[in-house]
Amino acid sequence: MATDIPVLEISNLHAGIDDTPILRGIELEVPAGEIHAIMGRNGSGKTTTANIIMGHPDFEVTDGGVELNGENLLEMEPWERARAGVFLSFQYPQAVPGLQVGNFLRKSVAAIRGEDEAKGAEFRKRLKDAMTELDIDRSFLGRYVNDGFSGGEKKRFEILQLMLLQPKLAILDETDSGLDIDGIRTVAKGINAAIRGTDSGALIITHYSRILEHVQPDKVHVLIKGRIVKSGGPELALELEERGYEWLEKEAEKSA
Amino acid sequence: MRNMAGKEAREAVGEYKAGWHDPENATIRFDFGLSEQVVRDISALKNEPDWMTEIRVKAFHHFENRPMPTWGNMSMLEEIDFDSICYYLRSSDATENDWDDVPDNIRDTFDKLGIPEAEQKWLSGVTAQYESEAVYHSIREDLEQQGVIFLDMDSGLKEYPELVKKWFCSVIPYQDNKFSALNTAVWSGGSFIYVPKGVHVEMPVQAYFRINAKNMGQFERTLIIADEGSSIHYVEGCTAPTYSTDSLHSAVVELIALPGAHIRYSTVQNWSANVYNLVTKRGIAHENAKIEWVDGNIGSKLTMKYPAVILKGEGSHAEVISVAYSGKGQHQDAGAKIHHLASNTTSKILSKSISKDGGRGSYRGMVTVSPKAENCKLNVVCDALILDDGSRSDTYPTMEVANPSARCEHEASVSKVSDEQLFYLMSRGHSEEEALAMIVNGFFEPFTRELPMEYAVELNKLMALEMEGSIG
Repeated sequence: MATDIPVLEISNLHAGIDDTPILRGIELEVPAGEIHAIMGRNGSGKTTTANIIMGHPDFEVTDGGVELNGENLLEMEPWERARAGVFLSFQYPQAVPGLQVGNFLRKSVAAIRGEDEAKGAEFRKRLKDAMTELDIDRSFLGRYVNDGFSGGEKKRFEILQLMLLQPKLAILDETDSGLDIDGIRTVAKGINAAIRGTDSGALIITHYSRILEHVQPDKVHVLIKGRIVKSGGPELALELEERGYEWLEKEAEKSA
Repeated sequence: MRNMAGKEAREAVGEYKAGWHDPENATIRFDFGLSEQVVRDISALKNEPDWMTEIRVKAFHHFENRPMPTWGNMSMLEEIDFDSICYYLRSSDATENDWDDVPDNIRDTFDKLGIPEAEQKWLSGVTAQYESEAVYHSIREDLEQQGVIFLDMDSGLKEYPELVKKWFCSVIPYQDNKFSALNTAVWSGGSFIYVPKGVHVEMPVQAYFRINAKNMGQFERTLIIADEGSSIHYVEGCTAPTYSTDSLHSAVVELIALPGAHIRYSTVQNWSANVYNLVTKRGIAHENAKIEWVDGNIGSKLTMKYPAVILKGEGSHAEVISVAYSGKGQHQDAGAKIHHLASNTTSKILSKSISKDGGRGSYRGMVTVSPKAENCKLNVVCDALILDDGSRSDTYPTMEVANPSARCEHEASVSKVSDEQLFYLMSRGHSEEEALAMIVNGFFEPFTRELPMEYAVELNKLMALEMEGSIG
């Protein structure tokens, strides 16, 4: 799709919780087909950014805008955002005892992509292929959503949903944490398959550069105290790995 | 069943003091309130043997003298006005309500559950019977060929008086509690089933009962005897709201599983919000027999129901799986009772309750192991899910274990639906109501999966409807 409208455009975003500001003017653009990474320490506002894009009711946006392909997301309910094409891979996916994985996947695909996409041989084939790619056993479908899943199983299940829901914007919040190197490689394969060469974009939120070695982000943004203080290419992730965040924090203080 | 003309009825029992209402319309209806005479009249009208009349009368006196239970919801129980209840009603059309009087919300629910209109009308008491003759007959024929007796209780008493006399009140004596006494005094309708030795009734016998209005009586009485090595799965009720203008429903269900027999009794009841549902259900399991109660309670004003099993024979097994859903102004006081009287007996209780909009759910359970019963195993799990702050859940578990060789397990949990759970599901394209319904149906899943498919589907739909508009 030849269009100049980015998949995600965040402008001057200020937001917080219970009158405590967390984001202080984020600017970010993710064009179609690109994968961007947001890196930062705990408490820098990474997860808050993800939650606000998805529409978590606890957070209040005090200024700025968030647009998906030019559409204002902030006026939509979370499920409307999901139907519009936003997907969030959760850092801590919630368990829903009694809700079977297979049933949940079918219902979610029906809700987001339409009833027709969620039935028949074609759906079953897509499901089977995605599970094979992620090295997930068939018996998984009969288990309850995230109930008693290991850390790695939870993350694979998030990526399985990503592959089936085919969002316009995928946000992956610490998807690499809790995964061993094989897991990271598998998950990265899933992300690349879902985004590269498509109209979609992705935002990968992470502490570490490990996953970025396998995904190769187009851009890396560093978030400190609710602001993006530096953006660069993949090499920035490696630099952060070597030098840590302190030098950037000092720079940010100087410029503040 | 035959309808008795007013004249015939008068001849049968003599002139009732207030007279029959509407004799021209072949309606037999007693005035409100209960007396020994009313009890005798009911029995006479049905041409019952003397022994049944005498049990009824004794039960009536016991009911009169027996105080109300001092547990459950006492203030709600005290509100029952026994004098305003009509204890017997029989006619082809006397039970019919006006379709226009059936509340919109109930008609709406029928539509959303996809219940056919003819069945909707039957469920609302608009038509006394909703019958699909073909289904009714084919099931009856199949069963008859196997020697299974399958009748309404009144016909059972007429056609098999010895069998009924042997087992009636043998599991639940009328003195058991105030409401079993009331039921014994005035019972009408219900089912009588006898499964001969070694016969396995393959399909769950629910179709017949979904379409037979006689089983939906106010004081129904059910007796199921599974002879040695036989098995049966009986399904009662349905998920659609049962609209009743009768405010008191007090049934008694007795199950007898003879050695090696297996009885599963599944119930899903959804009474309208004016109904007191005070039911006594109990089974006796002989050697190596198995009794399972699968019991779902939705609706009603107050339900007090504790399906029970007496493990009388060695190696017998009991299971009680129940769910209760309490909405606004409702109290579901439900649970289970199991008595281990013999060695090597095992039992399992799983109770799940959901309360919403200020509703109250209570688990009340009792498990006992007698001193002589060696190597018993018992497992009790009760889980409550509370959907909002004003709602309430309590557990009253009792275990009396008099034999140290018993292995007992008890787990209880109370949980709330968390915002994070809802947000997770909403992020997958599900509205808040849909997300809540997914959580609720998931919570009930261990129960739902025990039901025949169409009941399970209906129950899930019903819960989804209950969650609509529940988001404050």
